[in-house]
Amino acid sequence: MTTSTTILRTLSDEEISISRDFAAPRELVFDAHTKPEHVSQWLLGPEGWSMPVCEIDLRPGGAWHYVWQHVDGERMEMHGEYREVVRPERIVNTERWGDEWPETLHTVTFTEQGDTTTVTQVVRYPSKDDRDAALATGMMTGVERSFDLLDQLLAQAQ
Amino acid sequence: MQTDPLSATFAALADPTRRAILARLIEGSATVKELSAPFAMSGPAISKHLRVLERAGLIKRGREAQWRPCELDAAPLKDVTEWADRYRKFWDASYRRLDSYLDQVKEKDHDD
Repeated sequence: MTTSTTILRTLSDEEISISRDFAAPRELVFDAHTKPEHVSQWLLGPEGWSMPVCEIDLRPGGAWHYVWQHVDGERMEMHGEYREVVRPERIVNTERWGDEWPETLHTVTFTEQGDTTTVTQVVRYPSKDDRDAALATGMMTGVERSFDLLDQLLAQAQ
Repeated sequence: MQTDPLSATFAALADPTRRAILARLIEGSATVKELSAPFAMSGPAISKHLRVLERAGLIKRGREAQWRPCELDAAPLKDVTEWADRYRKFWDASYRRLDSYLDQVKEKDHDD
């Protein structure tokens, strides 16, 4: 089993990326991200969650819908629409978690080098002109800035 | 728009002047006059930013704002870092599971 790191980067005020290497062929990694029988086995986050609903209509304009259930009864839901599907290279889709968060646009690319497949998700928050932009932009900038501020606070506390 | 505490923190941090004010307060408490010194802004404009920071719980101020120094309150910043950390943890935990799942699938394909 590989021990790879999940890397989260801030690309701009509106974009972050999450990337990760896998020791498996690209087709397999792509299918693991797009076939419900695979997705529901691993896209579960921390311990205690299962995925009772995993619906994927993998074509431009097709919808997807995930529901997670925690052992303590809590439920989480996420849904969106596919904009672009190029097996096994690229998926573009929208994503929405409940009404309090703005809809995000995700571009997932799968690149293969030797025995390693790299999956990179670029998450784009709504543009600055959007109604929710101040909040969304502040979200990512804020995250980065608050890490900086915390670093400084911790350094000062020592 | 309804604002939960986390959204209020994000909104407060979205502005560069407010981030600069917070960075200044890391060095220690300061008066409104001291805080406005680096900016080409009027006292009332700075006070407006301070009110946003205060509502977000990022700073504490005395009742007589002109005289009493402002102080940084780091608790909401911890909420933001926890939020980002949860996002990263969700994917990290899922991807760890995917590692072993892919190994299983590869083995099964091999056996077939």
